Amino acid sequence: MRRLRIAGATVAATTVLLATVSACGGGTTTSGGAGNDKPTTLTYWATNQGSSLEDDKRVLTPELRKFEQQTGIHVNLEVIGWPDLLNRILAATSSGQGPDVLNIGNTWSASLQATGALLPFDDATFAKIGGKERFVASALGSTGTPGKAPTAVPLYSLAYGLYYNKQRFKEAGITKPPATWAELVAYGKKLTRGGRYGLAIEGANNSENAHHAFVFAKQHGADFFDAAGKARLDSPQAVEGVKQYVGFMGNDKIVAPGNAEYAQNESVTDLAKGKAAMLLWQAAGRQLKARGMKAGDYGVAPVPVQSGTPGQGTSVNSMVAGINIAVFKNTRNLDGALKFVRFMTSDAEQKALNSTYGSLPPVISAQQDPAFNTPELTVLRGALADSAAPLPQVADESQFEELIGTAMKDLFADAAAGRPITTEAVRKRLAEAQQQMPK
Amino acid sequence: MRGLPERGSPERGSPGTRRLPTAPPRSFVWTRRVVLTLFAVFAAVPVYAMLTSSLKPLADVQGKFRWFPSELTVRPYVDIWHTVPLARYFLNSTIVASAATGLSVTIAIFSAYAVSRYRFRGRRLFTVTVLSTQMFPGILFLLPLFLIYVNIGNATGIALYGSRAGLILTYLTFSLPFSIWMLVGYFDSIPRGLDEAARVDGCGPVGALLRVVIPAATPGIVAVAIYAFMTAWSEVLFASVMTNDTTRTLAVGLRGYSTQNDVYWNQVMAASLVVSVPVVAGFLLLQRYLVAGLTAGAVK
Amino acid sequence: MSTAVRPGVGSQPQHRPQHRPRPTSRSLLLERVRRLGLPYLFLVPALVMELLVHIVPMVVGITMSFKELTRFFISDWSRAPWAGLDNYRFVIDVNRPVGAALLRSFGVTCAFTVIAVGLCWLFGVTVAILMQDTFRGRGGLRALFLTPYALPTYAAVIIWAFMFQHDNGLVNHVLHDQLGLTGEPSFWLIGDNSFVALVVVSVWRTWPFAFLIVMAGLQTISKELYEASSIDGAGVWQQIRYITLPALRPVNQVLVLVLFLWTFNDFNVPYVLFGKSAPSAGDLISVHIYQRSFVTWNFGTGSAMSVLLLLFLLVVTGLYLPLTSRRRRRDARPS
Repeated sequence: MRRLRIAGATVAATTVLLATVSACGGGTTTSGGAGNDKPTTLTYWATNQGSSLEDDKRVLTPELRKFEQQTGIHVNLEVIGWPDLLNRILAATSSGQGPDVLNIGNTWSASLQATGALLPFDDATFAKIGGKERFVASALGSTGTPGKAPTAVPLYSLAYGLYYNKQRFKEAGITKPPATWAELVAYGKKLTRGGRYGLAIEGANNSENAHHAFVFAKQHGADFFDAAGKARLDSPQAVEGVKQYVGFMGNDKIVAPGNAEYAQNESVTDLAKGKAAMLLWQAAGRQLKARGMKAGDYGVAPVPVQSGTPGQGTSVNSMVAGINIAVFKNTRNLDGALKFVRFMTSDAEQKALNSTYGSLPPVISAQQDPAFNTPELTVLRGALADSAAPLPQVADESQFEELIGTAMKDLFADAAAGRPITTEAVRKRLAEAQQQMPK
Repeated sequence: MRGLPERGSPERGSPGTRRLPTAPPRSFVWTRRVVLTLFAVFAAVPVYAMLTSSLKPLADVQGKFRWFPSELTVRPYVDIWHTVPLARYFLNSTIVASAATGLSVTIAIFSAYAVSRYRFRGRRLFTVTVLSTQMFPGILFLLPLFLIYVNIGNATGIALYGSRAGLILTYLTFSLPFSIWMLVGYFDSIPRGLDEAARVDGCGPVGALLRVVIPAATPGIVAVAIYAFMTAWSEVLFASVMTNDTTRTLAVGLRGYSTQNDVYWNQVMAASLVVSVPVVAGFLLLQRYLVAGLTAGAVK
Repeated sequence: MSTAVRPGVGSQPQHRPQHRPRPTSRSLLLERVRRLGLPYLFLVPALVMELLVHIVPMVVGITMSFKELTRFFISDWSRAPWAGLDNYRFVIDVNRPVGAALLRSFGVTCAFTVIAVGLCWLFGVTVAILMQDTFRGRGGLRALFLTPYALPTYAAVIIWAFMFQHDNGLVNHVLHDQLGLTGEPSFWLIGDNSFVALVVVSVWRTWPFAFLIVMAGLQTISKELYEASSIDGAGVWQQIRYITLPALRPVNQVLVLVLFLWTFNDFNVPYVLFGKSAPSAGDLISVHIYQRSFVTWNFGTGSAMSVLLLLFLLVVTGLYLPLTSRRRRRDARPS
């Protein structure tokens, strides 16, 4: 009897709690969401672009103060490290309690768009931040599913370049950087000796792997997603592409086996220290400098292609990399949030922030600034303008990165263990990844 | 290695002292020496690596491992405070872990007292349910818990999400099951006659608990407190979702040293060391209580 | 205060002398409520916290496993359609890659748990017995042994991640460069050896717990037993074999269960060691589920996997508990 009563009370308490959960579950039950009832403050989640979270805070704080002076809106800044960012966005999305404005990796755009938690930038919204035309077209290609209103606006742009150690090239008698992969392998073999290697690779970093898989597959004529958004990870062309990339370690032996476990930018350190002579990276300049490599000691060239010169189609040599800035749909200061986006994409801020972070402004007028005419940035700008393609803008993009990245990580582990990277081995791994993609 | 095992010189009063009445044979002494030396190496090498690496310049820790630093530097210990706001994280962790420990121990004492001293319906149900929560995979209720906190916040204005209070509630509950279970065992070992005598002297049940049972159960309570503190001090998963910049704890904040750009291994090690010192020191200082507490509470 | 609690004796000690004034029916009722209610009152804080932090979120979590909770519905759960048992069907279908991967991860976790718990227990018992007797340096040695357990998880694991590096790690430096045991430096954080790395780290930081518990357990063995046996001419080895080990049996039952639950559910060690995507040889189930739900934002299937894991643990513990609880009940009731 009493046991019953206790059980009853427990059930009642549980029900009440559950009711609160399900009743407000998600928080965005009321559609629209955005409002202006908190016009004087904004919360901004920034990504980690500098050398540390604190470094980012030092960079951004004076800029935010300028914004406050101009508009009277106080911005609460939180810099969120990459390991936590997606979880924090997830928490914000599921609860409806998040920042007003946030940075996202541009490859996440379509995935986050699918949640409906971010404000769509339709033409009217774009007009409030100065219009779509201000942005570089390729960067806009990485802001959401094609045909839908973009879910974010480009903030910092990046592309891949081939970084090489001039001294090592000179020693090996190489006079100009490789333009094709065949050349890169040939040079790499020359450069690989005495414990030093031709190329450094971030073999255990899923995102890096996925980016390279994308470019190499493109160069073999494959897309990982068809026009309808259906995944095809294991097409023969994709297999060839992945095999070529992993083969740099497994077959061509121009990459140190130890690179198979690199996931935290050790490859940049290897280039800076001369342990490796070449590296494919996005805007490595700042990081090389931080590791004590002088600007004159390394050269930057476009990422090689199979043959000919970089361009579109099978001559793509980079993904469109970068950071987008988005507005959380539930913001209680919509006008302020848009003002802030406009501020962050203004010429002055674009110049200041991009030159600090070593990235390129995706805003056309800001890109003309001489600060971005360094040899390094000229190469990256060229890639962005002519030969970069956005990663597939589909909702399942994050799964794609994770699955293909992991498959390649396993392949690198095989290569490092001395197992040859055959077409069959690659096909098997990619087929496994394909099967795990959502239908 | 230090502390080569040797027979003799009984340390009177130290916990666990139990001299076997006869002198152990040589085979035993030698086995002991060899085995304990191996274990000492196993336990000490990583700690040694942490200590020395924290005193090396960055170039050293990014190159081949060497047993002895090429040069000693305290720079990492200076830098750690600037790379991430370690001091703030320290403060957060201290507040969260202390509050969670205090509350958890208090709640556990009352529950354990009820379970130990009363026969009531639902007693077994209570203990079994509480213990079985130990099995819950954290991933399963991380998101729901987060949502509940947010909704409580929306409904009542009490901010649990992102605040230290939310973490305190979470962590105190994490350590409750083990604490209750252990204290029940400990209280059971305290003769009932003691509290009954106190009641004859005019104490109520709460008085008996405060004046008789708690003092008699100090080792058990200290043991439980150590456990609760350690749980709160090093939890990562929930803290990574439920904290923000101002309330972040050390366990999560430490990840800030492997940033976008580089892994500052020497700083990682220095910070790990700094973060570890309070818990390790506390743990080692109080381990006597821990053994005594476990003896009566958990293993009898 | 004293009036409020004086009669609140609880329901247990009924044999207490009764000197109360003759109660009125009203105060009798109050007293009855008090007496019966008191233990519940003591339990209220714990109950509230358990409900808030464990039970209700758990119920919500279980509900999630019956919903199609993907990224498309994450911002508004109430719109997520019910999926019935679809999530369960999906994750246990071992002929499909998701189910097969889960099964594989489950197998890895079982193997890891058996080995790690076994070693922790073995190490703990061995060292505790060897240190039962006093000798010089015993206190220092004990502090050293307990240190890995006292370290915060992140710190403890990150040291090993540092030492297990292929090119620059201490482990390869010792095994390859100094001892020359391997022809090539091994990989520990990727490939098949990652399983070994996982076991080493887990054992390193958990065996001191076994040591601690066994050490406490040894204190409960009565000294007379040893004395009596040595009068009978038993040596140390016989004493260990016939007195110490049998006496530890009840301790072992609890210890092994706790170690099992902790090790099986362990998230921190693999997560700090390998990051979000563990190599398949070290793909423990907790990280596997984390990856399934948090990286892909498919919480329906992720929750279904968690519920299955919980059921498994409940079954194992359910088979195990009768042993331990019978013993505890016996202890709790002084005859």
